[in-house]
Amino acid sequence: MQIYLPIAEVSVNAFTLIGLGGLVGVMSGLFGVGGGFLITPLLFFIGIPPAIAVATGANQVVASSVSGVLAHVKRKSVDFRMGGVLLAGGLVGSWMGVWVFTLLQELGQVDLVVQLCYVVFLGLIGMMMLQESIRALRRSRKPGNRKRLHQHNWVHRWPGKVKFRASGLYISVIPPLLVGVAVGVLAAIMGVGGGFIMVPAMIYLLGMPTRVVVGTSLFQITFVTAFTTLMHAVSYNTVDIMLAVLLIMGGVVGAQIGTTLGAKLRAEQLRILLALLVLAVCGKLALDLFLTPDDFYAIQPGIG
Amino acid sequence: MRKLAAALMLLALSCTASAQSTVPPGNADALPIEAAPPDEFQPPAESVVAGLSSDSVAITASFDGSDILIYGAIKRESPIPEGPPLQVIVTVEAPSSGVTVWRKERKAGIWVNAQSVRIGAAPGFYAVATTADLDDILLPEWDNRYRISLPLAMRAFAGQVAVESAVPFTEALIRIREDEGLYRLDEGSVSLIDQTLFRADVSLPANLVEGAYKTRIFLLRDGQVIDVFVAPINVRKVGLERWLYRLAFDQPFLYGLMSLLVAVAAGWGASAAFQKLRRP
Repeated sequence: MQIYLPIAEVSVNAFTLIGLGGLVGVMSGLFGVGGGFLITPLLFFIGIPPAIAVATGANQVVASSVSGVLAHVKRKSVDFRMGGVLLAGGLVGSWMGVWVFTLLQELGQVDLVVQLCYVVFLGLIGMMMLQESIRALRRSRKPGNRKRLHQHNWVHRWPGKVKFRASGLYISVIPPLLVGVAVGVLAAIMGVGGGFIMVPAMIYLLGMPTRVVVGTSLFQITFVTAFTTLMHAVSYNTVDIMLAVLLIMGGVVGAQIGTTLGAKLRAEQLRILLALLVLAVCGKLALDLFLTPDDFYAIQPGIG
Repeated sequence: MRKLAAALMLLALSCTASAQSTVPPGNADALPIEAAPPDEFQPPAESVVAGLSSDSVAITASFDGSDILIYGAIKRESPIPEGPPLQVIVTVEAPSSGVTVWRKERKAGIWVNAQSVRIGAAPGFYAVATTADLDDILLPEWDNRYRISLPLAMRAFAGQVAVESAVPFTEALIRIREDEGLYRLDEGSVSLIDQTLFRADVSLPANLVEGAYKTRIFLLRDGQVIDVFVAPINVRKVGLERWLYRLAFDQPFLYGLMSLLVAVAAGWGASAAFQKLRRP
């Protein structure tokens, strides 16, 4: 069933979009990532103009994270205090990120920077997670090992300590605030919610238990992407609500399936899966950069 | 002969949409008509009378392209002249906009956009339908004057052209847009009967952009344009499509809030529904 999108001004198959939304929704519920890093390239691929793909992708992520976060609230796996601190940093960061994005646009080469960002960050995070989770999986197979709650590192020596009860942490607010800002900046430049950076940062930098990481990340993503959507709608008119509704229809159902699946899988397995997914997307983008392109020419609307 | 009869009938039925090229526009609502070739002082010996199956295209939610039938007849006071046969070229074009064409180059191992050519105005859609091979029926100077062929449809390089030759860039633009079905050259697709009646079917693609489209019909003899007929096609969004589009541009904040509301409601709804499903 073909449907004409009023803002994107292209005609696409409605079922393809619902399917795409569903796929990304499952990822969202399963891993606590918004799925922006998947939905945005996928929308490019089916011919949605990039600016509209980024803005509408953000809107879709709002829906799937709301759906996911509600499920996590019921399971009491959201650290609201931590989420609030990350969010405060995130909003500042995304405001800064938009400023950087505009600067890059003036210099040209914004596409290249975005693509390089994806490759570098996805590659680093994917490798880190894969290595760590394989090690964790091995360790858990050998019983009798006394497991510490988390490693104490530099994060625990900063001032301004706050109790994050749901995470079982007593750390300074500065590191989560900085993580929030960093993720916000990257999120705005790369046009994603930032969950795929947030989740590993929470686990490895802040030492949060995996149990609350997904819910808290979704909580933060909901607000950051809502802010991004509104900003795009107001300043660039690039949110296509028809496209968003179709993606959302698939997305919300997918998110619920993902959350249910997530409760059945073990944390280490979940992390290995996410690491592999991140590496796969990274590999695809890296190939695009290094392989000789099919077409040396590309058209960009506008003569800015 | 059946084709001829059908074309005549169509012509008779649709006198509202048709206009005669040599008659100047009587009022503001009349179709904008381009002047006849400048070196003609009296009405040409042969002129076009034509019409369109529809002079507007409505983009609805289920829009997936549209076919437009362009038909007409040749009006002449005297018998068909001797010499090479009459030829017809029909073009349909969308409003133009600026585009930048980038060429990738390998720098430090990765492929980056290195050089660009900015084209001031390139139509978003451009179709050329002819009765025979374009090169055989149209002389270059007449092509230049009316900008008929694909490479001439785009105009004016914006800013300075920093590359050695802009030709590969414009060729790439045409090639990419041809692959997307946005630029088309259909040689021999216009049928002309007895040098008098013609029809052309132009299909508009699904990824159509709103605006005032323009249809031109050229009559040619011996490679020269002897008459031109111009008619507009109004392509616009209707219904829900129009309402959403206007809201997005006139009330962006409201539109953004509405998008968020839809997202939150859908997320909450699905969460609640699944909760019920799990604990019946």
